Amino acid sequence: MIRLLYIIICAQLVVLLPAQAAEHLVKSGESIQAAINKASKGDLIKVMPGTYRERGIIINKQLVLQGIGYPVLDGEKKYEVVTITADHVVVQGFEIIRSGYSSMDELAAVRIKQASYVGLRNNRLRENFFGIYCQHASFSLIANNDITSTGGSELEAGNGIHAWKSDHLVIDGNFISGHRDGIYFEFVTESTITNNKSHRNIRYGLHFMFSHQDIYTNNTFSENGAGVAVMYSRQVTMIRNHFLDNWGSAAYGILLKDISDSYAAYNEFSRNTAAIYMEGSSRLTIFANQFLQNGYGIRIQASCDNNVIRKNNFIANSFDIATNGSLVLNSFNENYWDKYEGYDLNRDGSGDVPYRPLSLFALIVERNNSAMMLFRSPMVGLLEKAEKIMPGITPEKLKDDQPSMKPFPL
Amino acid sequence: MIIATNVQKKFGRLVALDSISLSCNKGQTIALIGPNGSGKTTFIKCLLGMVIPDSGFITVNQENIHRTWEYRQHIGYMPQISRFPDNMTIEQVIDMVRDIRYKPGQQLDEELIEAFDLTRMYGKRMRTLSGGTRQKVSACLAFLFKPDILILDEPTAGLDPVASEILKAKILKEKAKGKLTLITSHVLSDLDDLVSELIYLQEGQLRFHESVAELQKKTGEAKLNRVMAQIMLQKTAQR
Amino acid sequence: MKKIIKYSLLDILRNRVILAYTALLAVVSISLFMMEDNPAKAVMSLMNISLLIVPLVSSIFCTIYLYNSAEFIELLVAQPIRRSRLLWGVYLGMITALLIALIMGIGLPLLILQPTVSGLSLFLTSAALTIVFSSLATLSAVLTRDKAKGIGVSLLLWFYFTFIYDGIVLLVLFQMADYPLETTMIGMSMLNPIDLGRIGMLLQLDISAMMGLTGALFQDFFGNGFGAILVILVMIGWMTIPVLFAIRRFKNKDL
Repeated sequence: MIRLLYIIICAQLVVLLPAQAAEHLVKSGESIQAAINKASKGDLIKVMPGTYRERGIIINKQLVLQGIGYPVLDGEKKYEVVTITADHVVVQGFEIIRSGYSSMDELAAVRIKQASYVGLRNNRLRENFFGIYCQHASFSLIANNDITSTGGSELEAGNGIHAWKSDHLVIDGNFISGHRDGIYFEFVTESTITNNKSHRNIRYGLHFMFSHQDIYTNNTFSENGAGVAVMYSRQVTMIRNHFLDNWGSAAYGILLKDISDSYAAYNEFSRNTAAIYMEGSSRLTIFANQFLQNGYGIRIQASCDNNVIRKNNFIANSFDIATNGSLVLNSFNENYWDKYEGYDLNRDGSGDVPYRPLSLFALIVERNNSAMMLFRSPMVGLLEKAEKIMPGITPEKLKDDQPSMKPFPL
Repeated sequence: MIIATNVQKKFGRLVALDSISLSCNKGQTIALIGPNGSGKTTFIKCLLGMVIPDSGFITVNQENIHRTWEYRQHIGYMPQISRFPDNMTIEQVIDMVRDIRYKPGQQLDEELIEAFDLTRMYGKRMRTLSGGTRQKVSACLAFLFKPDILILDEPTAGLDPVASEILKAKILKEKAKGKLTLITSHVLSDLDDLVSELIYLQEGQLRFHESVAELQKKTGEAKLNRVMAQIMLQKTAQR
Repeated sequence: MKKIIKYSLLDILRNRVILAYTALLAVVSISLFMMEDNPAKAVMSLMNISLLIVPLVSSIFCTIYLYNSAEFIELLVAQPIRRSRLLWGVYLGMITALLIALIMGIGLPLLILQPTVSGLSLFLTSAALTIVFSSLATLSAVLTRDKAKGIGVSLLLWFYFTFIYDGIVLLVLFQMADYPLETTMIGMSMLNPIDLGRIGMLLQLDISAMMGLTGALFQDFFGNGFGAILVILVMIGWMTIPVLFAIRRFKNKDL
């Protein structure tokens, strides 16, 4: 489906170019805006290397804007650099820098405003307030852009790729770093996010709200201030993503808040404070994910129900599962738990005694945070052993009846 | 050289020393005698600062010894039961004490080491030694630094007659040099010819402190054994 | 004093117990690194073990050694030496020997196999606990005349700090669950050198974030400079105060 959408957009971009398109050349010192104004629908404008300070370029007709040798478009920290208001526009091969900063307007390096079939490819964006801003955009491709900034605080930095009330976007192969949120989706539907790397952004690597039926695959989210947040959405598919090193006092691999009917599979969660933190989420399938060396594997709040956690690997996490209630409305099955100490006499590959992934201490800490002081105390070790043998405090039903004896090859 | 004034020491309810006052001078050889548990060893330990008196004070060479340690360089001490670190050899023990106590320019007195022929056993570990040999090591250490004051707690106990005689000869020799020697012993016959004064302690109290010559005159006996027997008899008669 | 340190150190290093201790530590740390593919996890396991063994061996060894060196002390007390220096010398000799064992048993393997900050902090924590428990053992040996009683007191102190204290903390946590307890917990952690060492280590081992997640105050307190300095000061207090008491007591003790 992703590929299909990709092909449709690319085909649209190519096919709709008129057969007898004219070519315009803009050299250093000349004006790109003048060339745009002069060009007619469907023309190709080639921009030669140089630095262009144009106080805001507006592309209001179907054009291809092609940078040769990465010409620099400079917003001088005052202007929005490129604004696209027409359908079927392609901007590629530019270095776009220093968009204006304003606390009133969200000025971006490139803004797609109420347009469809727009392509932004192979651009380098540096030191912008917002990187690419999609506003009422649809059927657009944002691919292979390198978006970095060295912005300071959350307030001073904008988002790398910001999409608002858009649909059918393909965001592929971008690298985003140093922005507030790497990728920000609000009211964006039926879009795909693939092969992106979102690294060291100030707040979230990916921030996702009220965006339904989206797919993201093969992305890497690492060392972001607070990891990834997916909130208030339905039918989200997350496959083969990597959530790495989101380590901090309020960091998550992924925060799932009010998510329903969604699917997370084959993802890798390594070295996160809490790999998955879920709250108010229902009917999620968490399947075949790898949880490695996280503080918490899954912190599942009592407000979650009907979630299925199956065939995942839990390896070297401090706590595999934590929860704040005693009601168990979610199912844990056939997972591999490295802390499992049972046996498999009938050699069917799954342990003969159930595994209880919620440790007594995790429960104590959940009830009373200060108990963290006793983490790894021998006393706590003794109590946990006792509780494992005779469960008294941890919920009886929170267990995996068929724990796998061997980790799954993921 | 040693002046004790009202020295008092209690161990719990037991009064070990009951206001002892006495003075000992240069050139004297004093026998400290008394029945078991009369406070002899406690008094000696007070002198060495090993036991701290509850009240009263002791001066050595006109200096109050309370909480000081320097005065101990004038004292050579041979304890009643000599205990040494088990793992060390004789040589190591002697070397260690020498190493710790030695001051540049100080002359050492190794006569006893030679007399006891200890060098032959230098390599032996302390735990393998007999009680007598330990006493010999202890005696050697007491005399090693040529101290002005010698305190010998039961020196001849456990020594064979030969060693005992060697030690007595050494005590006499040091006495001739004008040193103060304090000896406790149960075997009074060992002390004949050695001591010039007697101090008698009983139940922590000083019963008397007199010169041997005086006592011999009083009792008409020559041997210390007899002298003491006479005194005992007189005391019981007085009661 | 140097000479006393020298002689007691020589004496202890000839002791088979200290050799066995070194060997035990070395075997544990090397085998942990060999068995565990993840070195960070090996450091964690080594931490768990050393938090148990190091205080136990330090306190038992020091108590027994002090009783066994009664002869040595008796011999030297009659010599012109300051009493406090005598005990200081023996004490410093003991901790030097234990620290040498620690360097050989944990320090060198860590230096070769895991030369990281967490390895270093594991070593430093163990060293600090060695000193703390030697200090406590010295105090119990000086205070009790009877050998069995003294060893019992040392064992009890170890047991108290390792298990009972944490049990009390848990009890307080459960009883007072409705009150904000973070400050109290920080205070309580200061009262147990093992807890203090463990928390210090965990913060080094990046569990800090988890601590932060659960209680921001913990992270703020132990994470910042002031907290770190306070932790070090309290640790130094644990190292010195018992031995200072012991020496005060020893100066007035009848031998």
